[in-house]
Amino acid sequence: MTPPVTPAVTSADLCILVLDENAVRAAIIEAGLREAGHKRVHMFSDMHGLVRRISEIAPDVIVIDLSNPNRDQLEHLLQMSRVVQKPIAMFVDQSDREMMEQAIAAGVSAYVVDGLRQDRIKPILDMAIARFNAFSRLKAELDDTKQALEERKLIDRAKSLLMKTRGLSEDEAHHLLRRTAMTQSRRMGEVARALVASAELLLGDEK
Amino acid sequence: MSGVFALRLGFMPLIDAAIPIVAADKGFAALRGIDLQLMRETSWANIRDRIAVGHFEAAHLLAPMPIAANLGLTPLEAPLVAPLALGPGANAISVSTSLYTALRAAAPEMVVNDPASVGAALKVVVTQRGDKRLSFAVVHPHSAQNYVLRYWLAACGIVPERDIDIGILPPPLMPDALGSGMIDGFCVGEPWNSRAVHQEHGQIVLTKIAIWREGPEKVLGFRRDFAEKNAGIVQSLLGAMLEAAAWCRQTAHRAELIDILSRANRLNLPVEDIGAALDRGLTMADGSCIALDPYGSEAALRPDKGAAGWFFDEMVRWGQTEDSAENRARALAAYQQDLLPGQEAEVTHGPGSFFDKP
Repeated sequence: MTPPVTPAVTSADLCILVLDENAVRAAIIEAGLREAGHKRVHMFSDMHGLVRRISEIAPDVIVIDLSNPNRDQLEHLLQMSRVVQKPIAMFVDQSDREMMEQAIAAGVSAYVVDGLRQDRIKPILDMAIARFNAFSRLKAELDDTKQALEERKLIDRAKSLLMKTRGLSEDEAHHLLRRTAMTQSRRMGEVARALVASAELLLGDEK
Repeated sequence: MSGVFALRLGFMPLIDAAIPIVAADKGFAALRGIDLQLMRETSWANIRDRIAVGHFEAAHLLAPMPIAANLGLTPLEAPLVAPLALGPGANAISVSTSLYTALRAAAPEMVVNDPASVGAALKVVVTQRGDKRLSFAVVHPHSAQNYVLRYWLAACGIVPERDIDIGILPPPLMPDALGSGMIDGFCVGEPWNSRAVHQEHGQIVLTKIAIWREGPEKVLGFRRDFAEKNAGIVQSLLGAMLEAAAWCRQTAHRAELIDILSRANRLNLPVEDIGAALDRGLTMADGSCIALDPYGSEAALRPDKGAAGWFFDEMVRWGQTEDSAENRARALAAYQQDLLPGQEAEVTHGPGSFFDKP
């Protein structure tokens, strides 16, 4: 990632609006923008009153996450002269198609006011791409961890059921689960989940 | 053909995405060696951009989108070609309960689903309201809904934007926006009209086919460079689409179609809402029920250059593009019938029939 080259005093001039419904990711983006020296940063999580707010703030740059279902509405608003003084269009760097692809892959896009130089936008979009990607990785890791934790709990419950109903020791129960998983070419967590679900039916929500 | 070709197709969760959905979920594409991966999107802007950068090879598109792309009206350059229309769709115009009451008061004899009659009543209401303009919504500036709505209004003596505001809203937000008074009407596809009626936010006053009988709402599009390099794959996929369309048309498959569409990774909507358009039809403001044929006949799947020409004319009319022979040629090139299996030459039927042109 190219660090911003423009000095802080120039960056401070730009008025940046970030539209992101995800509060955690929005915080990461805001931190990145402030670290890069941007002083005029506005964060919105919803479209409510957006028309009025955009005409009041007059942003030079709008960063939006692509999962926002209001993107079509936003683009239309940005072209209407009664909303914005100068037209705002999606940022397209003709010389850097790869950056555009990276932005879309990361799930972020930027809109800039007509006439704004591309070298001032690129650092902002590069930073947004990097942070969006970092957030996605973080979220994926979190989802994996949650799933692992949930599976661990299910395995414990399954072992407990086997111990009670078949009089097994904890070790024996663990081995039985593992052997069954291998025989069935499934993960232990899946076998445990199926066992707990069946037990709830057969034994009446046995804990 | 050796092996399986993986092909990504972007779609929006609407009833008129049924043909590609069925092509994937009922195995028509797989039988022809195509691993059709459907990717659901949240906005037309996303579909537009992702196909331009090559995240998808094909996409469910608003019918005017390939025309807009070829005219250079999209942020990222990528000429598109649409070799398949996805039927005449299930689009309608609904108004808020209060606007419907006003229309009835203005013209007690108004005939629902008669564009001239409803338009005349609306003109009276528009005149009564003066500066307090009514506000209608459509899904996108480059949509058939936008041009059909404007065409109907103008033909009834109501000037879009001067007499009525036309804004953009995502379809899922439209019924609530109607109910809260944020908008007074909308033109959108199903199930959103039926939803508005179900939630008692509005009434359906016109079907799109009453205004323009033919004319596609959605098309299947490819990047032109992909289609040119992979003609065989495109042909195979189109063959699968035609089979999927024939499957959709059969009433015996209706219940299964509704079930497939309702799934979480497809439209993710209740069966009752999807069933309205596909089973019962649209319940109009006067209580009549209009059966819809959203997947049309096989002929309706062939993208007509006449329709492309009409979209171009409307884009010129509303100031979205400049009228020139070169632009018109680019617009017509967006629709191409001869990629369809068994279709050797283009057959143009013209834009079709409009309510005010007998």
